Amino acid sequence: MKRSLEGAAKESPEGVVKRGLLRWLPPAWRRPLAVTGGLVAVFWLVIVVAAPLLAPHDPLAQNLPRLASPGAGHWFGTDELGRDVLSRVLYGARVSIPLALLLVAMSLLVGGVLGACAGFFGRWVDETVMRIADLVFAFPTVILAMVVAAALGASLQNAVLAVLVVSWPSYARVTRGLVMGLRNREFVLSGRLLGFSAWRSLRVDILPNVLGPLLVLATLDIGTATLLLSGLSFLGLGAKPPTAEWGAMVADGTQQFDKWWIGVFPGLAILTVVLAFNFLGDTLRDALDPGTARTIGAEKERVA
Amino acid sequence: MSPRWVPSKGAGGKSTGVEGAGGGDGDRLPARRPTGRRLPGRRLLARHPLARFLLRRTATAVLLALGVTLVTFILTNLVPGDPAAANLGQRAIGDPAIVAQFRHHYGLDKPLPVQYVTYLGNLLHGDLGESQQSHQPVSTDLSTAVPATLELAGAAIVVSLIVGVAFGVVAALRRDRFTDQLLRVVSLLGVSVPTFWLALLAFYVFFYRLGWAPGSGRLDPGMTAPPDVTGLYTVDAALAGQWPVFWSAAGHLALPALVLTAYTVGLLTRFTRSAVLEVLNQDYVRAARAKGLPGRTVLFQYVLRAALVPVITVAGLAFGALLSGTVLVESIFAWPGLGAYAYRSATTLDLPAVMGVGLVVGLVYLTVNLAVDVLYGVIDPRVRVQ
Repeated sequence: MKRSLEGAAKESPEGVVKRGLLRWLPPAWRRPLAVTGGLVAVFWLVIVVAAPLLAPHDPLAQNLPRLASPGAGHWFGTDELGRDVLSRVLYGARVSIPLALLLVAMSLLVGGVLGACAGFFGRWVDETVMRIADLVFAFPTVILAMVVAAALGASLQNAVLAVLVVSWPSYARVTRGLVMGLRNREFVLSGRLLGFSAWRSLRVDILPNVLGPLLVLATLDIGTATLLLSGLSFLGLGAKPPTAEWGAMVADGTQQFDKWWIGVFPGLAILTVVLAFNFLGDTLRDALDPGTARTIGAEKERVA
Repeated sequence: MSPRWVPSKGAGGKSTGVEGAGGGDGDRLPARRPTGRRLPGRRLLARHPLARFLLRRTATAVLLALGVTLVTFILTNLVPGDPAAANLGQRAIGDPAIVAQFRHHYGLDKPLPVQYVTYLGNLLHGDLGESQQSHQPVSTDLSTAVPATLELAGAAIVVSLIVGVAFGVVAALRRDRFTDQLLRVVSLLGVSVPTFWLALLAFYVFFYRLGWAPGSGRLDPGMTAPPDVTGLYTVDAALAGQWPVFWSAAGHLALPALVLTAYTVGLLTRFTRSAVLEVLNQDYVRAARAKGLPGRTVLFQYVLRAALVPVITVAGLAFGALLSGTVLVESIFAWPGLGAYAYRSATTLDLPAVMGVGLVVGLVYLTVNLAVDVLYGVIDPRVRVQ
């Protein structure tokens, strides 16, 4: 992402650019989608850090005229309690984005470890883990997450847990498949014959080989995690009322249909964040996936 | 996952191990069956791999359904929330006698294993219990909610398949040109947009501003539902010839269904594109082109048929995504479907209702997956003889 930022600074229409920093950017990252995704993601990360400096008002203060339409002084308007929507959107970034990143990291860890164990040890470990994963897959994500969140009680923390419950199985499946493909390869077996413990084998021989695909999955998942979390908050199962959270703010918007700005701006924030990470994930997949690279090569050959 | 049914070519009495590349399914037929007592059912199974496949899948389905009830049961019990507190009013909760009666009525005073076994016993008789919220049998609640959601999700999946596959094919044929880039952005937008926000926006623009769409619900106010045949209002109204009701139902259906398609169109476009690209590079497609077959013939008879296999898989997944989406969309359009019911019962910890929803949804999922696996074989003969 950092690389794409540096590239983005010098970006000009494709094809023209053959000089400067862009030259050492891998080709996949020079595409407009990658550059846009990188820029927007960085834009939001800056807001996460600098929200208190950028926000014109206190996101919780109810001291502005109520339900004012967007205009000078409050560009995004104010909500039914007289709070500044712009400030709330900016502060909302500090809730949604770090939580989404944390969530993806946790799913990666839980799903990765379980999947690696299932793939490496096989037998009953495999059976147990994968049957549980199947069970989770048999539920639509929102419905299961909703039941878990409702059962645990509405809070942001529980919403994160609920999304974790539904999101780890996809990591477990991917990791398991990768590990199963690797565990009988010569370099793993030779380590085992030298007396590596299972743990060391997994860490030294297998981990470096599965990390790439898992990171692609994780990047693509940041968007999904953001959508699910804000969806739960929208349903009232996540952030508690005064918190400036985007999903909850859209829910406020449904209470005031005619005051479009209350719901539209936080929704746009969700959309841009998710879109940025999906652009990045997409690029990452193209850049790392030899399958795609091969088809691109073959296609070029065919056309030429 | 997705174990495919892999009939052997000459599936006769002396069927050999027919489980092909699936790997790990582990129930191969022995080369020769002991010919002692022959049950007719067993012969049928040996001869018809499809029947065997269906039977195995049904068994898995039953197990999975059991798992679903168990999971929801544990989830809704091992938690801080108290159904009595969630369902009784402020004043009633202060009265120990009422609370005790509530618990007794719903069997909440019995030990958990007993509660679960009782539930399963009733389930075998088709009794899903009584909702603590609506005080009606859960099956009655579900019988109105499920068709409402199926109508919504069904309309959405049909539209998504048509649009998504068309977009995907166009994107693949115009690879790396402007159209492809545009469709790529469109499909990424589709999978990135928060459904609940899109629903709100659509409602604001098309109902509040433009007045094109009717308001929330399934029918105009004052209109009575058509005679109940399928539970799908559009179909029922058409069957009964009540055209005003049909148009009203279709009008109410259009906007929420279109909002739901955003995600699935995005998903299907992307998968169709890569599936078609994969096939376009195959030798047989080049051969077909080289011998001068018209482009349309190549596309429809050579490319699309092979590309549809992965697309069908994704369509199955997409249907699940649609069921998720309905939870959010139904709450905005006041659509009295499964999503709204699930939401209401989950937030009130209405145990029988939640388990009922879990069962129905699990069954829908399994059915869709089963249909997908069977369709594989229908569309792609290679899967059958692999």
